[in-house]
Parts: sequence; C-alpha cells; structure tokens
Amino acid sequence: MNPSTLISLILLLPLAGALFCGLGGLFIPAMRQREGLIGFVGTAVVLVPFLAVLFLFLNFDGDAIVVDFYTWMAAGDLSVSFAYRIDQLSLVMSLVITGVGGLIHLYSIGYMHGDPGYWRFFAYLNLFIFAMLNLVLGDNLVVLFLGWEGVGLCSYLLIGFWYTDLKNSAAANKAFIMNRIGDFCFLLAMFLLFRELGSLDFDVLLLEGPSLNEGVLYLIVFLLFMGATGKSAQIPLFTWLPDAMAGPTPVSALIHAATMVTSGLYLLARLSPLVIAAEGIMAFIAIIGALTAIMAATIAITQNDIKKVLAYSTVSQLGYMFLAIGVGAFFVAIFHLVMHAFFKGCLFLGSGSVIHSMHDVENQLAESGDAAEFDAQDMRTMGGLKKFMPSTRATFLIATLAIAGIPLLSGFFSKDEILFRAFESASTNGYGMFVWIIGIVTAFLTAVYMIRAYVLTFEGEPRWPKAETVKPHESPWTMTLPLWVLGILSIVGGYIGLPGVLARGDWNLIHHYLGESFGGPVAEVHTEAHVALSTEWMLLALGGAIAIAGVALGWRWYSKHGPAFDEIIRARFGWLYRVAEGKYFVDEAYDKVIVRPVIGIAEKGFAPFDKYVVDGLVNAVAFITRGLSFVLKYIQTGIVQTYAMAFVIGVILVLALMLFG
Amino acid sequence: MEVTLNWYLMLSAFLFVIGVLGVLFRRNVIVILMSVELMLNAVNLTLVALSQHMGDPTGQILVFFVISVAAAEAAVGLAIIIAIFRNTLTVDVTKFNLFKY
Repeated sequence: MNPSTLISLILLLPLAGALFCGLGGLFIPAMRQREGLIGFVGTAVVLVPFLAVLFLFLNFDGDAIVVDFYTWMAAGDLSVSFAYRIDQLSLVMSLVITGVGGLIHLYSIGYMHGDPGYWRFFAYLNLFIFAMLNLVLGDNLVVLFLGWEGVGLCSYLLIGFWYTDLKNSAAANKAFIMNRIGDFCFLLAMFLLFRELGSLDFDVLLLEGPSLNEGVLYLIVFLLFMGATGKSAQIPLFTWLPDAMAGPTPVSALIHAATMVTSGLYLLARLSPLVIAAEGIMAFIAIIGALTAIMAATIAITQNDIKKVLAYSTVSQLGYMFLAIGVGAFFVAIFHLVMHAFFKGCLFLGSGSVIHSMHDVENQLAESGDAAEFDAQDMRTMGGLKKFMPSTRATFLIATLAIAGIPLLSGFFSKDEILFRAFESASTNGYGMFVWIIGIVTAFLTAVYMIRAYVLTFEGEPRWPKAETVKPHESPWTMTLPLWVLGILSIVGGYIGLPGVLARGDWNLIHHYLGESFGGPVAEVHTEAHVALSTEWMLLALGGAIAIAGVALGWRWYSKHGPAFDEIIRARFGWLYRVAEGKYFVDEAYDKVIVRPVIGIAEKGFAPFDKYVVDGLVNAVAFITRGLSFVLKYIQTGIVQTYAMAFVIGVILVLALMLFG
Repeated sequence: MEVTLNWYLMLSAFLFVIGVLGVLFRRNVIVILMSVELMLNAVNLTLVALSQHMGDPTGQILVFFVISVAAAEAAVGLAIIIAIFRNTLTVDVTKFNLFKY
C-alpha cells in the first residue's frame, strides 16, 4: 500500500465520520436515536486510521515521506499545497492521536449514552481528530495552522456541548478567545517567516530558519511560543483550561489532556532547529514552563472538584514539557507528552467513570428528595468508591502513581529525564538550576495532590448522604476497557525511554527514534558537559524518593483526616493557601484589567457608534427612498391614457434629438 | 396648383396627430379604438403615397399587411372591451382603475 493512499485514508476517514454523524443526524432526525450506528461508525473511523498509522510506523525506514496532494493556493510568491509529511515525530504524534483518541471514542459510546446530542458529539469528536491529524501531519505551517484552528473550533464546540447552560457557553467562549490571542501571535510569526524566507514549507524553514538574523529569529520564536501558550495553557493564557472542564469528560480527556494541548509542544518540536537558535527565548520558555508547573500544582492541591484537580494537573505537566524544551531536550518533551497522554487520559476517563456513578447516586437521591446541593464532581461527597468500582479504582491508582513518578512506572522515566536534562544544562546556562529546583518541588506537590485526589475519592468511608442505601456501580465495559488499556500503558509505556544511566543511553529508544543526533527530526542541544554517572544515579534516586515520599505522606494525611486535612493546611499556610485556592486571582485580574475595559469601550464607544452612525446611515437611505416614493407615486395613476401620454412625450423627445441633436 | 407628394404626407401627418390626440384625450374606449384605426390608416396613406412617388410597389404590399392586422386587432380589441363592459358596466377609460388611491 503506498503511503499516499494510506495518508488519504488516515485523514479522510475521520472527516467522513464527522460528515456522516453530523449531516446524517442533522437531516435525518430518525438517525439521532441510532446510538449503536453512530457510536460504531464514529469509533471505527478513528481506529482504522490507527491501524494505518501503525502500519506506517512499523514499516518506516528512516526517510521522511512527503506527499503533496494538490496546490491549495498560489498567489504571487506564495505557493501553499496540501502536503503531508510522515516522519518519526509525526508518526509518534499520530499514534497517540488515533490510538488514545480511538479509546476515548470507545469510552464515549458508554459515557454519552442517552444524551440527545449523541450524534453531534461524535461528529465533533471526529472532526477534531481530522483537524488534529492535519496539524501533526502537515508539511507546511499553513496546513498546520488549518489543523490548529480546527482543533480550537472543535474544542469550542465540545466544551459548550451542553450549550443550553450558559455557563458552558461562556467557558467555550473563553477557551476560544484565549486561543485566538495565541493564534494571532502565531500568525504574526508566520508572516515574519514568510517575509524572511519566502516559503512556509518545513524543509525550507528548517534548513534556512536557524541562520536568520538574530533579532528577527528571536521575535519569531517568541511569537511561536506565545501561540503555544494559548493552545497549551501556559502562563499567561492558561485560565481557559480549568473552565473547559464544563465539557463532557471524554472531551477533557481527549482534547485537554492528550491531544490539543500538546499542539504547542508539537509546533516547537517540529521547528526545533529554529527554537534552539534562539537561546534567549529558550530561557524564557523554560522559566515560564517551570513557573506554570509550580503555580498550577499549588492550585491543584486546593481544588475540590475532581476534574479541576486534573485540569490544573494538566497545566502543570505541560509546564514540565515546556521546561524540557527550554533546556533543549525536545525529545524528552515529546516523551513526557506521550506518557502524559496515557496516564492523564486514564485519570480523566476514570474521573468520568466516577462522575457517571455519582450522577446515578444523585438521581437516586433526587427520587427521595435529598439531592438539593449535591455536586457529582465534588470529592468531598465521595469516598470509599473502591468497594463499588474496582476497575476504575485500580486504573486510577495506577495512573496516579504513574503521574506522581513512582519508580518503574511511565511517569518516573519521563519526568526524571526532564529533571536530569535540566540539571545537566545548568552547567552551560544560567537558568537550569533554577528550573530544576522548581521541577523537584513541583514533583513533590504533584505526588501529594494526585494521591489526595485518589484517597478522597476511593478510600475511606462514603461521605454522600444516605450512603447506607444509595450505592454507585461500576461502569460498563465500553468505559472500563479503555481505562485498563491506558492503565497498562501507564505502567509499561516508560520503557521506551530508559534513562542514560543504563547502557549509556543506548536503551533510550525514543531518543534514538526522534533525536537529531540519531537522524531524527527533533533537534537537541549538544552539551559538552557531562554529568558523572554517580550523580545521575543520585538524581534518579532523588526523583524516586520524592515521588514515594509525596505519595506516602499524602496517603497518610488524607487517609487519616479525609477532606478535613485541607483545613489543617489552610490553618498552617494562611494567606498562601487562600491565594492558591483563589487560583492566584488571575481570572479576576484579567477581568479587571482587560475584559471590563474592553466591554466598557464596546458599550460606551462602539455601541453608540453602531446605533447612531451605522444604523443612522442605513435608516437615512431608507428614509430618502421613502421620501422619493411619496413624490413619485403620483406618476402611476392607473389610467392608461397617462401612460400613453408618456409614450408620446418620449417619442417626441427622441425625434427632437434625432433631428436637432 | 398641383397636388404634390407633400400634400399627401401632410394629410397623413395631420390624420396621425388627430389619431394620437384621440387616444390620449378621449374618454370613451370605443372612440379610442377608432382613433387607433385612424392612426393606422394615416400610415397606410403615407405608405401608398410614397410607393406611388418612388414607383416601387413594396409599400403597397406592406399596406395589405397593415390592413389585415388592423382588422384583426380591431376584432380582438372590441372583444376585450365587451369583456370589460360586462364587468364594469362602463366604457369610460378613467374608470378602468383597480388602484386603491
């Protein structure tokens, strides 16, 4: 099978699925109830591309395959075509997208059961997969941007899926608008690149980009990073992600954990030669990543909504990935991206399973009239779920330990690699040590807040009303199967990136696959300094120890006290806790400094302009027409002879013109 | 004084103008029809005069066509007038007005 057909298959199947579910559901109302059909088609159009990508992956021989389908636009010096590239980086990303995406589609069959918008959900989800694949497979920045915007759109559609509740629509708007700010920076970067290099194809950019004049290059990379902060929820554009939890949980798992939020990282990894050439911006990226990581981690400890904890956790882990990029270890960022997709996907799907059960509890309570203030997502009314949901509990625990960085699970390898690279780079740049320290502290916090989430949800005694009679239940196989698959991947996934202490890095498969020094597409910083082997082992041990300590302490604190432990922390840390709980008041700050003034300008400046000037002009035109018609209407008398008179006058005029003109 | 071509043409012109004025200013729809016939005949006169003057029979052949068309048109016109009369019971042109104002 030639690559061109496979690529068309990979890209067009999800699109076809979206059209089938979307247009079918729209125009054929009877189809909306056929959940089986929609669910099957919707999932199949993602799993078949997964098999195709797998085939390409297994048969990949090291040379990038570029397929150019047709010219999209050619205007002047600009020629952009629908060209797609298969290389190590795009294969890894596509495997994650179609694989984890396929699992989440399967999960959604069970999760969205009974929802009247079932068909819309699968249509949007398939459209998302299509856009995301365009993003990672594109061979030029324009196709990437097409995918970039497409995933932003689908994110908006899916966050605001239950649009009848205005809160959800507001959250969707927030996500989209913040994304747009990032996109604006991205566009500026694209314009600059085109102006400097005359093309937006990756071969040209990667070849000639790094040799650009430093000032322009710094600006371009800075703008690209700003675009990435919008998509990947870093400071300053991260506040949309916690709000995005208003969408259905599979959406949170797919878009806001495994795929869309990784677009920014992919962009920087793809353009890694350019990023590396802009050293000052690398420092900026690393510091922003580190600060975001620790900030989000401190907020996560204070949150009571299980999905919000996971959302801030995602922001924090993305911060780690940007930290990795900032110290020049691009492939490690991708490594952590893949691991994160596994364990965060598992965590989100697990939380969805829990929420699904708690909704059932809520319905049971509602029947007996007790559900007044019950929030299905609040961990304070959970507890003891391990008795009722064994599969969910087991996989959630596995994923929690993985993200905490417990040795030999996937998160341990990737997170440790990031910290090691940061430490190693400290000898050649001034910020490595700073971000390393922040990384270590955040690792501890990560372990604590994640085990807190686990313990409050699954351990202890049930804390919801009428717990003796009202019992939750485990979710159906369509939901637990993906949990188990992702759970197992969270355990074994890390083995593709064994650390350098073993066999001098020869067993670090992902490094060999992606890294530039081995012929891969992702650039790296070449450090001359070499950290002693014993130091490497110590760092590994330190990382493991912190993870174990965090998990152990967190377990003890929260098992013993339950949610009351939060009060102990609050008393101990006072105003620090209040700041973290208030999410550092970033939303409030943005509201006061940006949103209110803009709304003010709109209300006081543009609205009157629109009402009086623009509408006034339009009304004036109508007014004049009316006035004219008042005068002209008398020409139509209805009497035939007047018309004949007009005839005759016309003839006389023409004759006169002919004779005397 | 000799009757030259111009006399015929002037006569036709006068007849035509009288016909036009009749169409424009008479109220009775049958009189309007008669004025239309008058206009047609004026044109016929012009055609015959010029044909005789130039020695070319083409003009007179055209007159045949005009006469037959005029006859047909008169028949149809009268039929329409009868239909309208059955509805409105008047032959006053100014009354054939369906406008509200």
